[in-house]
Amino acid sequence: MAVGPRVLEAAGFPRPGRLSRLREWWEQEHVFGYGLIVPAIVLLVTLIAFPFGMAIWFSLSDYWVGSPGGFVGLTNYREILGNETFRQTVQNSFVFTSIAVSLKVVLGVWLAMLLARNLRFKRVIRGIVLLPFVIPTALSTLAWLWMFDSLYSVVNWTAIRLHLINAPGPNWLGQSTYAMAAVITVNVWRGLPFFAITVLAGLMAVPREYLEAAEVDGATSWGRFWHVTLPLIKPVLAVVILFSTIFTFGDFNIVQVLTRGGPVNTTHLFATLAYQVGLNGGNLGQGAAISLFIFPLLALVVFFQLQYVRKE
Amino acid sequence: MAFARSRGARIRSNAFAYANLAPYVFFVLFPFYFMAVTSFKSNAELYNLKSIPFWIQTGVITEHYTFLFAKTEFVTWMKNSLLVAVVATTVSVVISILAGYSLARLRFRGAASFGTAIFISYLVPPTLLFLPLSQVVVWLGLADSVYALMVTYPTFLVPFCTWLLMGYFRTIPREVEECALVDGATRMQTLSKIVLPMALPGIICAVLFSFTLCWNEFIYALTFISQSGNKTAVVGVTSDLIRGDIYFWGSLMAGALLASIPIVIIYVLFLDYYVSGLTAGAVKG
Repeated sequence: MAVGPRVLEAAGFPRPGRLSRLREWWEQEHVFGYGLIVPAIVLLVTLIAFPFGMAIWFSLSDYWVGSPGGFVGLTNYREILGNETFRQTVQNSFVFTSIAVSLKVVLGVWLAMLLARNLRFKRVIRGIVLLPFVIPTALSTLAWLWMFDSLYSVVNWTAIRLHLINAPGPNWLGQSTYAMAAVITVNVWRGLPFFAITVLAGLMAVPREYLEAAEVDGATSWGRFWHVTLPLIKPVLAVVILFSTIFTFGDFNIVQVLTRGGPVNTTHLFATLAYQVGLNGGNLGQGAAISLFIFPLLALVVFFQLQYVRKE
Repeated sequence: MAFARSRGARIRSNAFAYANLAPYVFFVLFPFYFMAVTSFKSNAELYNLKSIPFWIQTGVITEHYTFLFAKTEFVTWMKNSLLVAVVATTVSVVISILAGYSLARLRFRGAASFGTAIFISYLVPPTLLFLPLSQVVVWLGLADSVYALMVTYPTFLVPFCTWLLMGYFRTIPREVEECALVDGATRMQTLSKIVLPMALPGIICAVLFSFTLCWNEFIYALTFISQSGNKTAVVGVTSDLIRGDIYFWGSLMAGALLASIPIVIIYVLFLDYYVSGLTAGAVKG
């Protein structure tokens, strides 16, 4: 007598139906692995890779809002490169990024060293320090906009009362150098916490014994920092600097709220110029070409980052 | 011993630290303080050059707040923000848990390249893609609606959360999973019943950061939405309270303050998760 399926099942064998075969297939490590990653890949392809391709197509075509245009080759790039505003933007971006990132590195390490001490209100202070990073940037920048107001600036009011400057003081957002200084100040204010807290984590990993040994050997506190601490936090610092460079370079919120690129385009960054040309002006082709200029830097940073990740 | 320093030296050194931190704490907090002071100050005092800007002399008023609720769509903006943040966060965290677990734990061909792809897309700033995405949103028929944001926010949340969660999944000992599989659990059961509870701190972290990033997002919300009633809080406050050259400073500051409060509350409750999420080395600065 043949053994029926019921008996097999009772003996612990699964019913050899289609469902169980499907289950067996699904339980294989590689099938399950691919299965779980499908939603993420679909998203990356449709909403990141595809739009990225579109951006390239836009930049090579005569595409305006509401009227898809034809292929025009490198015309957009040629026009942009010959444009005074764009050249100003390139210069702004490098000035803005280099100064802001340098300030964040120096102040961030300094701040992290202070936070690493065993202070009484350690947790509260850390909480406060991180605040600008958590609050919506566009909203906190509104407060800065008001603080830099041409007529009622609290910064000028205070400086005049302290006899640091003569009335009426600089028109912060109306003069190019001051406007750049204002934009950098807000960027540092908002980005410093990220540096401080990440470097702090790096500092916590520095073995106490090293510092104590250096102290026994008579190293000054500066010597201990320069020869012991700094080399040990270098990996963390490198990652933070790379991240910060990308996102400072691609910044939009602060400039858009504070100056909209003005006065006379002296604070425009790639993103704000792309917004102005592509959306306010409706010239999607040129807008896309402008925002794609962020890409070479991004590629460079990704290259170094991957190199670094592999080495670790 | 050389480093068992005297009590006096330690106190001096701590006093030095406090003295240096004080100006920075002031620098951090002043804009928020100034926001609050401005939002409760009457226009007459606000625009009087002779008054002292640092505090309120002629009485606290709440008109700027009532203006916000009566004359603008502030409540709708807040609701929109909440809705978008909750939906986008949920979708993104679920997708990221699956992808993160797969990439951190399962062995299959191409896993490393997928990991790299996730990492690269994590580094793509939203400012690079907002123009083409504005067209994609039109083609999907989602232009000028909150759905446009629910669909596009996962583009920056998923890479970030996946990267963050991969780190957490790697810390879970493999043996635990192997035991479950040997005992007859399916792979899905192992993930949901064994791995997820152990990765809970990471998941909470991913949820908190996603929610914060959604709530704070600016460029997509500004680009994809034009009707006042569909705006998020951040965009509504920054755009609808400024008419041409006229700034409603009192209401602007009131709106900025109120729209920040949900994030502040979450932040205060979960401070340690924010710190650990940041130090997982995985946050955009």
